[in-house]
Amino acid sequence: MQTRAGNAQKGRIISRRLFILATAKILLFAGITSRLYNLQISDREKYEILSDKNRIREWKTPPQRGLITDYYNKILADNDRVFQVHLTLDEIKDFDETIFRLKNIINLSNNEIGTIYKKKKKLKPWDTLVVSDNINWNEFSKLNLYLHELEGVKPVVSSSRYYPYGSDLVHVVGYVGEASLKDIERMEAIKENLVPGLKVGKSGIEYSNEKILIGKYGIKRYEVNSSGKRISQLEHIKESQGIEIKTTIDLEVQKFAQELIKDQAGSVCAMDIYTGEIITMASSPTYDPNKFTHGIGHKDWGEIRDNPLKPLVNKSVAGLYSPGSTLKPLVALAALEFGTIDPQRAIQCKGHKHPYELYGVKYHCWKKNGHGYMKLRNAIKQSCDIYFYETARLLGVDKLSIIAKRYGLGSNILKDIYFDEKKGVVPNTQWKKNAIGKSWYLGETVINGIGQGYIQTTPLQLCLMTAQIANGGYKIKPHIIHDKNINFENTKLKIAKQFNSESLLDISATKNDYLEEKEFQLYERLYKDSKNINFVKDAMFGSTNEQYGTSYKSSYKDLKYQFAGKTGTSQVKRITEAERKLDLKQSQIEYKNRDHALYIAFAPYKNPRYSISVLIEHGGSGSKAAAPIASKLIKKIIDRHKIREQIRKANLTLA
Amino acid sequence: MLTERIHTSKYSFFDKLLSIDYFLIFIVIVIGAISVFAIHSTEGGEFSYYTKNHLIRLVAFFIMFLFLSFVKITFWYRNAYAFYLFCLFLLILVLLFGITASGSQRWISLYFLNLQPSELMKIAIIVCFARYYHRIQSVDIQSYRFLLIPIILIIIPCYLVISQPDLGTSILIAGSGIFVIWVAGLNIKYFVYSALLLLVSFPFVVSILKPYQKSRILTFFNPDRDPLGAGYQIIQSKIAIGSGGFFGKGYLKGTQSYLEFLPEKHTDFIFTLFSEEFGFLGSIILMLLYILLISRVISIGFSVRSFFAKLYCFGFASAIFLYVFVNIAMVLGLLPIVGAPLPIMSYGGSSMLSIMLGLSIVMSCKIYSQDQISNY
Repeated sequence: MQTRAGNAQKGRIISRRLFILATAKILLFAGITSRLYNLQISDREKYEILSDKNRIREWKTPPQRGLITDYYNKILADNDRVFQVHLTLDEIKDFDETIFRLKNIINLSNNEIGTIYKKKKKLKPWDTLVVSDNINWNEFSKLNLYLHELEGVKPVVSSSRYYPYGSDLVHVVGYVGEASLKDIERMEAIKENLVPGLKVGKSGIEYSNEKILIGKYGIKRYEVNSSGKRISQLEHIKESQGIEIKTTIDLEVQKFAQELIKDQAGSVCAMDIYTGEIITMASSPTYDPNKFTHGIGHKDWGEIRDNPLKPLVNKSVAGLYSPGSTLKPLVALAALEFGTIDPQRAIQCKGHKHPYELYGVKYHCWKKNGHGYMKLRNAIKQSCDIYFYETARLLGVDKLSIIAKRYGLGSNILKDIYFDEKKGVVPNTQWKKNAIGKSWYLGETVINGIGQGYIQTTPLQLCLMTAQIANGGYKIKPHIIHDKNINFENTKLKIAKQFNSESLLDISATKNDYLEEKEFQLYERLYKDSKNINFVKDAMFGSTNEQYGTSYKSSYKDLKYQFAGKTGTSQVKRITEAERKLDLKQSQIEYKNRDHALYIAFAPYKNPRYSISVLIEHGGSGSKAAAPIASKLIKKIIDRHKIREQIRKANLTLA
Repeated sequence: MLTERIHTSKYSFFDKLLSIDYFLIFIVIVIGAISVFAIHSTEGGEFSYYTKNHLIRLVAFFIMFLFLSFVKITFWYRNAYAFYLFCLFLLILVLLFGITASGSQRWISLYFLNLQPSELMKIAIIVCFARYYHRIQSVDIQSYRFLLIPIILIIIPCYLVISQPDLGTSILIAGSGIFVIWVAGLNIKYFVYSALLLLVSFPFVVSILKPYQKSRILTFFNPDRDPLGAGYQIIQSKIAIGSGGFFGKGYLKGTQSYLEFLPEKHTDFIFTLFSEEFGFLGSIILMLLYILLISRVISIGFSVRSFFAKLYCFGFASAIFLYVFVNIAMVLGLLPIVGAPLPIMSYGGSSMLSIMLGLSIVMSCKIYSQDQISNY
């Protein structure tokens, strides 16, 4: 039976229990409050950052590459509008089906589809996949037609590198391709600008001037939802274009030069002998850089790679050749400067029956019947080997190497632009000891005298050598990227100043005898006695413009075009006695054993302005294969001279 | 017989109107209004499906609450067991013919609403226990004989609900029942023993849970275990709340919810959304409103005369506390995600129905506060 007292007690119990419960509730609510305080007040910043990270996603837009132009501001490397297909992965429901449908619209090969699937594996689910970065207008418009059925597929108009003169300039400008891991590690600017499908320079100016050319990426900030879908655009910082690079190349001359050596392997270089501006630097065979922009196909790549004439080698700077007789003017100059030969001394060249002999080894002149008695000028003009064997013997290799280095052989010229440039070799006794570990033989000096043996030069080095002889023996700085601080008038002025002051001074009174090995300042005189330079220049004139000169056939009578030059025929292989008896014509010899044909020249003779070098690999004799090319090129360059001067002066007044 | 021992007073309609607890109604309206705005915000500020439905239900069930308030408290007393059995029947019905959604079978389709009987059970168990302990004398409460029945009464519905599966609601049902037992005065040692037992058996309990429930509990202890899977909700919820700061991001400016980083934002995670937009200040105010609601119900419990009404009010107040606490602690990452709605705020008809029903019984207690129910 429930009692009244019992009821009262029950009421008390209930109240007490409720009180305990209420206390617990208050404690628990306090716990929640402190947790809220923790999250919303103490750690607010942390969660705000997390929240922004959640909601804002950035997309980089590719930077615009700077243009590359020639001396006349003609665009050599342009940015072209291209049509691309992008896939926004998170918007695609059935990837396989989408690709299948795309395949029918834009003609994807199975190979390309394989690449797409490979690419997809590397991407995040909200990334953009570039299916094709260059489809034609027809495909592009067709794609737009079917777009409503293709969710997540985006036709994009983008910009990409385009080389309007393609293969004519690839050895100067270089090419671009998709950035590789190596590229990214190479340069911070590439890493920073990295977007899917970013194209970066792979060779030439494109490669070495990446930092200037690359520009700056743009940013599109979007608010996204939890599945990464873009909700709204918050910000768009437009990408900026890289700096334009102006080269010293004359597009017309370059095209002409490439044409001249089209089906051969070789190089043609030309430069301004005062400013050092490189006007053309052709190399053959060549290839189309546009093919590399969007990833070169297997077949095309195979063709380029397997071509025995090696199109990928930039022969002007990366091809090494024995200079052959083109070295003779330099050997003569060295002998004159050191006074080891009297130019009036006559040496008899008796032909193959009575060759030059040293310690029992025979050295032949190229001319079977011999030149007869020769003095130095004639020996250069007719390229007598016997004379130069003796000259070299008297001079010695160490003295020759001093002068050869001084005039630009054996060192890099444009290494900062062409990473593949080769230094070549200017040998001396010390060099042989270091490189080969053997002592020097006099016989090696003898063949050095005709530009054979260890000596190795690039065509551009020969061009520089010629330039520094032609300008009267002053150091210049060859360059291919236009430098407005170097101009003709200034250079001339600096040279003239030196020339005038030096004629007043008695050289013997100064300590400097201009014969030791040393670093030369820009525009500093390289010679001891200017008479020697003039002697060599005159001999080269004879070689081209006088009867019996080796390149007489290529000469011009017109003073405007008249040039002085020197042929060179460099042996690739030692000629055996048996072969010498056979006396084969070059066309009868296997291609890879034929001589390299070389030619160096400067023009116009009366008032020189340009130097050129021509090299034709396995072209045969210099006079037949190289000199005519040089002759044509000189005419072209001199015809263009007036326009170049106009542009130069216009630039001058602008500056 | 019991029924004859009930002494009902005569109330005029005017008396009834006077004794209505207007303050309670006021709080309900305020929370209700806030909930409409919150749901409105989950839809990005559009007045569409969820907002419309929520508003309709809120108004409909609020009116129902007012009408049911006039049902005599003796009616609930008399039909307490029947109510419990009815809910149990519905739970069995659900087990057999229920509608399945997102992996669990919880609902019975009515024309206007998918009824979730487990929600009704949350109220029914309080009513049932209030009646049960109304009769029992303090001394008898401690005897095993009288303890056994409530335990069975808890276990049956809990088992049915867990097997739906719906861990959250079954915890709330069990919790509501236990609160009544506690208030009725069962010796503390039982609670201590069973708490210890629960602790010891915890690993075992975890092992019999469904994989997804297990993963939720494991994730609770380490949300970074699976940040895109089970831990995702906790992490995103914490980010949303934390980034709200003191004043919040502003109404309709909650980026986390607007950008769909929040799962179930209109049901279980409505507090997260509210807290992101209104910050610490708003959250504290909302919690104060709930505290006011709970304390108001408790104070009604003090004013009534019958044990049944008292036990009911105290039990229900504690249940509301439990719902609020479990939900908020859950979204704050203090408790595992078990699926428990926030009373009134969360979108969902059944939960709204059960809260309004529960409140109407409280109101009925208040209106008929002078009714005596003999416990002889």
